[in-house]
Amino acid sequence: MKNKYSIFSLIKNAFSYHENWEKAWKDPEPKKEYDAIIVGGGGHGLATAYYLAKKHNMKNIAVVEKGWIGGGNTGRNTTIIRSNYLWDASAGLYDHALKIWEGLSQELNYNVMFSQRGVMNLAHNLQDVRDLKRRTHANRLNGIDAVYLNTEEVKKFCPIINTSQDIRYPVLGGTLQRRAGTARHDAVAWGYARGADEMGVDIIQNCEVKGIKRNGDTVEGIETTKGYIKTKKIGVVAAGHSSVIANMAGLKLPLESKPLQALVSEPVKPIIDTVVMSNAVHAYVSQSDKGELVIGAGTDDYVSYSQKGSHDIVEGTLNAILELYPIFSRMRMLRQWGGIVDICPDASPIISKTSIKGLYFNCGWGTGGFKATPGSGDLFAHTIANDEPHKLNAAFNINRFVSGDLVDEHGAAAVAH
Amino acid sequence: MFLINCPFCGEREQSEFKAGGEAHIVRPKQPTELSDDEWAEYLFMRKNIKGIQFERWNHVHGCRKWFNMVRDTSNDQIKAVYKMGEKPPVK
Repeated sequence: MKNKYSIFSLIKNAFSYHENWEKAWKDPEPKKEYDAIIVGGGGHGLATAYYLAKKHNMKNIAVVEKGWIGGGNTGRNTTIIRSNYLWDASAGLYDHALKIWEGLSQELNYNVMFSQRGVMNLAHNLQDVRDLKRRTHANRLNGIDAVYLNTEEVKKFCPIINTSQDIRYPVLGGTLQRRAGTARHDAVAWGYARGADEMGVDIIQNCEVKGIKRNGDTVEGIETTKGYIKTKKIGVVAAGHSSVIANMAGLKLPLESKPLQALVSEPVKPIIDTVVMSNAVHAYVSQSDKGELVIGAGTDDYVSYSQKGSHDIVEGTLNAILELYPIFSRMRMLRQWGGIVDICPDASPIISKTSIKGLYFNCGWGTGGFKATPGSGDLFAHTIANDEPHKLNAAFNINRFVSGDLVDEHGAAAVAH
Repeated sequence: MFLINCPFCGEREQSEFKAGGEAHIVRPKQPTELSDDEWAEYLFMRKNIKGIQFERWNHVHGCRKWFNMVRDTSNDQIKAVYKMGEKPPVK
């Protein structure tokens, strides 16, 4: 049993100059065999392991990660959490995650700094207005809080937005989901890792998967840089590298991996207390607790695993930001980075069994997977443990690309693509 | 950001081009004969290779012509550029 984090443990450890905190997770060598192995130690993978152990009593499991946990897209996103998706299947999926977020810090005894500061999506043309109103109605029918704001209400909610009607893309209105917000992305990975480790899950870092061993149509184990590990169930949560793992098993996925960039400014005093996304001009911005503006840019349109994107993408985003927020014109950018996102043709994820028995994929989250971390882990754990999808992720099976029953969230979800 | 040697215009910035995805996916000769699985394979399934990939590009802000490229997707290095209809260079 791990010591509980609390104000008392903080005071107690202060007396020993914070040098005696116990390790949040062990650093074990892999065993010869596990009941299940999760490939990928990001938020989604660690959450999957956590719920497998907690809700499905699978304790003899491991998470293998080629680098360090939370070092991929978990640590590279802009931490936005919302559930205002258009289609019923997506609304169910993302709101399931949002509901878990609301109690996650308490459940994990780890402060994930979940802040329901609201997410506002702006409309810049007549079609945006129609789409956003439609989505607001669809959200309400699915029990998701959503309101439509006119230009004055947008200005009132976020006064620094330039609502002048003579700019190139004037603000005609917007939607607001008040339950949406942000969380501390690293803390989510660390909190789930600590919780999973406590229940006996082996978290094995610096362990890259090199091959998947099959016996006919059944998986038998994985080859890794730390040797062969036997297992009956493999859950792959490898984001941009999902296709690479799939190729090892002789599978093809409907994914393209592309660089997605983000950047932060120098830290300043609180200036924007919400998250504002603008699909049409591709600008979204929030402010971190450190005071940095957190800005999400777009994806490049070519396949790349380089974890860096093109300069013109950042330039385009900053142009849009400056028109909407002239107050930021003299801010300096501090850091910029890229992550590799796995994009599905319908911009919806895959949480699914495959044609190979014991091989499961959780991928295709594209540009917006962080918000779903807890729900994704919960539903993927259910799928792996029962060899059947939960009703909330049944629509996100891989066969939808054969049947044609796509969950087309491109442009429909207020997603900035 | 990288430079692309358009086979018609010469070297230009990548931002002038539009990536068109995996190359050499042949349109089915008998579309009516295809099963759902074969349609899914043709329409959606992609190799998405980390390493040497064959792909299509369009010089959309230039000559607007399509061409093929061999590129290492792990570091964005371009290995070869060749015109539509030409055989891919053997690596």
